[in-house]
Amino acid sequence: MKEEIIIAGFGGQGVLSMGKILAYSGMMQDKEISWMPSYGPEMRGGTCNVTVVISDTRISSPILNTYDTAIILNQQSMDKFEDKVRPGGLLIFDINGITRFPVRKDIKICKIDAVDVATKIGNNKAYNMVVLGAYLKEKPIVTLENVEKGLKKSLPQRHWDSIPQNQEAIRSGMESVVEL
Amino acid sequence: MGDKVLMKGNEALAYGAIDCGADGYFGYPITPQSEVMETLMKEMPWETTGMVVLQAESETASINMVYGGACTGKKCMTSTSSPGISLMCEGLSYLAGAELPCVVVDVVRGGPGLGTIQPGQGDYFQMVKGGGHGDYHTVVLSPASVQDMYDFVGLGFKLAFKYLTPCIILGDGVIGQMMEKVQLRDKTPRWTEEEIKKISPWACTGKKGRKRNVITSLALDPSVMEETNLRLQARYRKMEKEDVMFENYKTEDADYLFVAYGCMSRIGETAVDMAREKGIKVGLLRPITLFPFPTAEIDRLVPQLKSIMSIELSSGQMVEDVRLAVNGRVPVGFYGRMGGSVPSPEEILNALMNFIK
Amino acid sequence: MDVKDIIKPENMVYGKTKLLTDNILHYCPGCSHGVVHKLIAEVIDEMGIQDKTIGISPVGCAVFAYNYIDIDWEEAAHGRAPALATATKRLNPDKYVFTYQGDGDLASIGTAEIMHACNRGENIVVIFINNAIYGMTGGQMAPTTLLGMKTATTPYGRRADLNGYPLKITELIAQLEGTCYVTRQSVETAPAVRKAKKAIRKAFENSMMKKGTSFVEIVSTCNSGWKIPPVKANKWMEENMFPFYPLGDMKDR
Repeated sequence: MKEEIIIAGFGGQGVLSMGKILAYSGMMQDKEISWMPSYGPEMRGGTCNVTVVISDTRISSPILNTYDTAIILNQQSMDKFEDKVRPGGLLIFDINGITRFPVRKDIKICKIDAVDVATKIGNNKAYNMVVLGAYLKEKPIVTLENVEKGLKKSLPQRHWDSIPQNQEAIRSGMESVVEL
Repeated sequence: MGDKVLMKGNEALAYGAIDCGADGYFGYPITPQSEVMETLMKEMPWETTGMVVLQAESETASINMVYGGACTGKKCMTSTSSPGISLMCEGLSYLAGAELPCVVVDVVRGGPGLGTIQPGQGDYFQMVKGGGHGDYHTVVLSPASVQDMYDFVGLGFKLAFKYLTPCIILGDGVIGQMMEKVQLRDKTPRWTEEEIKKISPWACTGKKGRKRNVITSLALDPSVMEETNLRLQARYRKMEKEDVMFENYKTEDADYLFVAYGCMSRIGETAVDMAREKGIKVGLLRPITLFPFPTAEIDRLVPQLKSIMSIELSSGQMVEDVRLAVNGRVPVGFYGRMGGSVPSPEEILNALMNFIK
Repeated sequence: MDVKDIIKPENMVYGKTKLLTDNILHYCPGCSHGVVHKLIAEVIDEMGIQDKTIGISPVGCAVFAYNYIDIDWEEAAHGRAPALATATKRLNPDKYVFTYQGDGDLASIGTAEIMHACNRGENIVVIFINNAIYGMTGGQMAPTTLLGMKTATTPYGRRADLNGYPLKITELIAQLEGTCYVTRQSVETAPAVRKAKKAIRKAFENSMMKKGTSFVEIVSTCNSGWKIPPVKANKWMEENMFPFYPLGDMKDR
């Protein structure tokens, strides 16, 4: 098994932390992992992305040009990464801020209204966990038990009380993802 | 053996320093390596191992603090990125001239000048060929994974004290910023004062029961200064005999060879696999020590090869050492990106295909 | 009295400090460095801290200070002595650590290092020799060169419009919260030497009290650079240097 993922959006959407939680979850599942961010301006609200690789075997390049999955959270990233999904791959996007829907026919395309879902469960901060849930529904590469362990590893202990809400957000995301 | 932990390359440097029993870290913030000092400050090792951590007023001060600490036989280190390394080159020359051990990390970014904060390998000449004034080298280690970043701090001190020289860890923005799993090692305690006196009898530990120890790089008498130079050169030859490190990836049956270090060796490995899917037998040689350079290993591989290509985040720096090792026997190609751009494996494969067709 | 009588121990009125080595000083006749070296050696000897003292020599005439005082020494790059001292002291808090720097080293190329070491309140001693000229390189203008003073690089005399003003760095350093003791001394007369020694001793004692940095400036002569013979140089210093660089304690807490 080898899954190469790009997660892309604006700084502040939780792109990097979503990737981190996915990476931690992969680690809990005894996978090899790499997490390679675009770094620098992202903390100032610019576009940002992170490449996450989860694999049974040693990972060579942490930097890729094509991906098995693209998780897209803004239009700039859609323009940049739609073409980079390998044939037969997966593209998941949050419809908010997307003005041009993807047009590829050779990949699986799923959408989610993550802002709406997060608002409904009363936890806007867990927006990125909703998106993560949508992804895990389509590609259950890590178990939810390991995601919980991953959350524990990636969050400082003082934030552990937020883990149940994060899990709820993941479950809501799983329920709300729609294939186009 | 400790835990397996997911962390950034820069964080791994910090934990590597604490766990290998480093005595002091002195640094100045610069992207893309600021997490090193941030992590150390967060961990407060002065409360546990007694390691001193200090934010200096400049890279110039940082390297000279390392010099001051090294004079007393302590394991001292600093980390910076390219523009900071330029400022540290003065100190590096003094450290080399005074025969002092230390570890200096350069998480390279694109240049020249202020350049970019994105990854680069344009400091190869500066670090591998010396950097500061005068006739010297340092050991230069090239990490290609976050595990390497963790392990090479301890390894760097080992080599630095073996050869009484600064050891450079020449990383890059990719290895510094990426996260991978790291196997933590058993913690090595810091040396006691008594151990330091035994390991480094030359150190400034206070004159008692011996001649005074003077650490200097100055000798106005040319014959004395030449002695120093000869001693340094003898050490460099010894390094070339005893401590060349490299890693082969699928070179046994290779017709073509990539030579790549740091993040480029990782990207190159994927390009090797892609080429092999097309039936082209490519291998990759990754120098782990850039100085001493694995000249003999290239020499060993040349007879089986049709050509060699050096791939770098520069305009072609390491390729000069590859050419010297190949000495005209097979064509040597080069592919590089500059200014913070990082090529994809596909791009590298295309470059190879163009070169060998 | 015969020479043999004179050198009998019971007749001794003055002896060379045993912490001064037998190496022949390379300093020019009349230079203040020799006196200050002697004072430091005496203080270390009298305090009994030879095995606990680490000196840091500069670039400049005093680069070879390590040849004369019998303690462990680190020789720094130009201006960087306070950075070396910072790490040396922090990693070896039981040691007495001092830098010995001239005006070019401390007040020109090393301005950042001295300011920040003092501002951090490093528990070190700084001995600052201010003779208003670059001695070792052959008498060029220093940051502390007085207006009108002729040097190799101000052959017409220092001009404010061309060369800026002489830098009162000790006054600046006295403003820094990290310093506990800042004083300006001289060594051209016996009473001045005695006062300077007291100041140096106090500075060394401070460095174990975690009070911050102790900074002792010694206004000094440079006969070769000034091109004035020793006795006249002392007079020239009193008449020209002291009014601009007044002696005395600026801070003591």
